[in-house]
Amino acid sequence: MNLGPHADFIVAAYTLTAFVVAALAAWVTLDYAAQQRNLADLEERGVSRRSAQEKP
Amino acid sequence: MKMPVIDLAKPTKFLALVNRVLPWLIAGTVIFFAVGLYRALNAPDDYQQGATVKIMYLHVPAAWLGMAGWGLMCVAALGTLVWRHPLADVAGKAAAPIGAAFTFVCLVTGSLWGRPTWGTYWVWDARLTSELVLLLLYFGVLALYWTAEEPGRGARAAAILALVGAVNLPIIKFSVDWWNTLHQGESIFRVAGSTIDPSILAPLIVMTIAFTLLFITLYLAAMRNEILRRRVRAMRLMQAQTLAEATS
Repeated sequence: MNLGPHADFIVAAYTLTAFVVAALAAWVTLDYAAQQRNLADLEERGVSRRSAQEKP
Repeated sequence: MKMPVIDLAKPTKFLALVNRVLPWLIAGTVIFFAVGLYRALNAPDDYQQGATVKIMYLHVPAAWLGMAGWGLMCVAALGTLVWRHPLADVAGKAAAPIGAAFTFVCLVTGSLWGRPTWGTYWVWDARLTSELVLLLLYFGVLALYWTAEEPGRGARAAAILALVGAVNLPIIKFSVDWWNTLHQGESIFRVAGSTIDPSILAPLIVMTIAFTLLFITLYLAAMRNEILRRRVRAMRLMQAQTLAEATS
């Protein structure tokens, strides 16, 4: 594949896009793990959601 | 298992749906990107622009999704302001960073495409300037969400800005028709048909589907995270309240 005299611009565009997509994927993945950790920590300390508590 | 559509407005049901569809969306995104990138990188060069036309396979989907993200925020804004539905706040907040990221990609790839094509990275013409305004509006919405002490108040302020900022969407879309711009005119969705050769248009369509699937995947995952974050916040408040009652 020959990208011609402007190959640098094409490679830069694809690299930047890959970086942004990777950053977004990392953000949602790490954020999900953090929220799951927080929830597990709270449940371990006996805190439960109001809707999950037993009704009298 | 059938689930009434109205039930999806309940965060717990929505989370269950997201957990079910996310693996399929990820698989679809990977497949479409594999096919799209293969076709894009092997597509013929443009007779005028040469190989730089390959930047279009990133630039056009990013532009579409930057605008679609704002459109989603407008729909969510109505849910926040009119129906005061908590899931609408979540939907608006989750769309903002993803839409901003795609608008940023659109601007930078456009700039990298412009230098070899037009001889300049940037010009203050109507299309480029209105797209930059969209990015600045995204920053404004993000600032409102991130700086608000109470999530509900931030969501209402962001919803108002989203609706006011919607006026920029038709300006972006029709700027190339209303003003004399360096940016080319509409070449895909035209009454007389696309002016792009099918050998270049086909990979563009596949890449647009791939990016759209990626956007939906990230969006649903971000909504799920935001619901969990609010659940954590509510539980911490409950814990603090219980502690305060115990010590008083």
